[in-house]
Amino acid sequence: MLAYTIKRLGLAVLVALAVSALAFLALRASGDVAIALAGEGARAEDIENIRRAYGLDRPLLVQYLDWLGHMLRGDFGQSHYFKTDVLGLVLAKLPTTAILALLALGFALAISVPLGVIAAVYPNSAIDRLCLALAVLGQAMPNFFFALILIMVLAVWLHLLPVSGSETWSHFVMPTIALGYYVAPPFMRLVRAGMMEVLASDYIRTARAKGLSRASVIGKHALRNALVPVVALAAVQLGFLLGGSVVIETIFALDGAGYLAYQSITHMDVPVTQALVAMLSFIYVGLTLAADLANAWLDPRIRVG
Amino acid sequence: MTEAYAPPLVDISGPSPQALLRRRVLAHKGLMIGATVLVLIVLMAALAPLLAPHDPYAQELSRRLIPPIWHAKGTWAYPFGTDNLGRDYLSRVIYGARISLLIGFAVMVISGLIGAALGLAAGYFGGRVDMAVTFIITVRLAMPLILVALAVVAMVGGSLWIVILVLGLLKWDRFAVVMRAATQQVRSLDYVTAAQATGASTARIIVGEVLPNVLPHLIVVASVEAASAILLEAALSFLGLGVQPPLPSWGLMIAEAKTYMFFSFWLIAIPGTALAVLVLVINMVGDGIRDVSAPGGRG
Repeated sequence: MLAYTIKRLGLAVLVALAVSALAFLALRASGDVAIALAGEGARAEDIENIRRAYGLDRPLLVQYLDWLGHMLRGDFGQSHYFKTDVLGLVLAKLPTTAILALLALGFALAISVPLGVIAAVYPNSAIDRLCLALAVLGQAMPNFFFALILIMVLAVWLHLLPVSGSETWSHFVMPTIALGYYVAPPFMRLVRAGMMEVLASDYIRTARAKGLSRASVIGKHALRNALVPVVALAAVQLGFLLGGSVVIETIFALDGAGYLAYQSITHMDVPVTQALVAMLSFIYVGLTLAADLANAWLDPRIRVG
Repeated sequence: MTEAYAPPLVDISGPSPQALLRRRVLAHKGLMIGATVLVLIVLMAALAPLLAPHDPYAQELSRRLIPPIWHAKGTWAYPFGTDNLGRDYLSRVIYGARISLLIGFAVMVISGLIGAALGLAAGYFGGRVDMAVTFIITVRLAMPLILVALAVVAMVGGSLWIVILVLGLLKWDRFAVVMRAATQQVRSLDYVTAAQATGASTARIIVGEVLPNVLPHLIVVASVEAASAILLEAALSFLGLGVQPPLPSWGLMIAEAKTYMFFSFWLIAIPGTALAVLVLVINMVGDGIRDVSAPGGRG
């Protein structure tokens, strides 16, 4: 287990380094930060001065290593637009996004696991087909369109929920649904497939033959095994939800890291954008690392093979 | 004597594989419905100049925000009404299909070429090549897709082709993952070993033996990726950082209508529904192809 952990940890560090370098290069290669900083209508010599002042005239590799060195010491630089320390800014907004992503994941699991189990217990029945149709429809629905429909129905017509903002828990309801429904179908398919496989296995037949109740066989014996791959998918989807929160947070003006990302991108605030890209990818790398280690701990075949 | 042992005069070879496949395709309702609607949408996009009742860019400020025909104040001159600049909404929706289809197709081709090449190489050669490709895939998966795409498009300046290029360069991961796994499976089969034994070149084995046998997987991923590229472009354009006005991108139309949505929700409902229908039928075609190419079907 130790050898596997060290190997997997080393790979995670390499991936994080590569991502930070790529994200840095992609952002620097796609536009001139100095022009963005100087603003519209700036004179050529002003742009030149800014370039020199911010060290943007140095080779890209030097700039990257400089940025990396500062980042490792917890210094993500200063925001051009918000005029504050980038790290403090990002850390202040991350909890909101983390809460939203976890709520959305919980919402997705709450609908997909029961539906997946029912679909597997009654394969090819009307209810199975209905679940499948819902999954296909759900994945075709653009999430920003669904979010606007939610606003119209729940906030404007029924006056049940506030349209936007992030002050109370009720502000999180619509963003949670709008973000979470989209990842429910993959979970449902996975639970359905896993349950069908498990239900056909010998130990389930034994459990049935012992005369255990149907609820006990399905809930205790089968579901527990069918949920193992769900854990790995949950880690990956959580990373997706953190990134996907850009669209949803912007629609609902939910004051989290996603909305901050949108603001930093529209205002060409490159240090903030860079910090957010780096942090989100580090979180993703951390989550997949945790999922891999958890799986290896549960299943010895992984760490040996 | 011999006649007693003669085989019955029926064709024991049965219908040809092509005939069986055709039968499965025609019997698959989801595939047939999806394919029919998709063909209709493609025809609508191709024949847009003939079908659109008005110029999708022509502004007529005296005719702003006319409601669609199912409202009491609707008029047949503008069946889907007009937007805030007085442009005919039906014509814009029809022309918008061109943008979504172009995005879906072009992103699918670019990301498909990159992903399939990486996946084939990793699956076929294994060893260090596989390690390197797996690392590249892991790195790509760790990058927050929407965030990076938004940031790069914003820095370069949004346009249709920039969106296509950025999404194409970012979205190859599923192609690579699926092609790698499929190639690994095919590679160990007897006919590949036989081809190697007869001295066929690597290029010939990959093109002639491996590629045709992993093609069904490739087509399924391609449909998923085209649908997801269409949704991503719509999301980017919705945030104002994708396709730029006055192009009638469905996502952009929803963004432009957001200010008026409390009073004129149809401005959002029409392009939103168009997007959902297009993505739905592409997914139905993809799911259908997966079902008919894997005998036994799902479940």
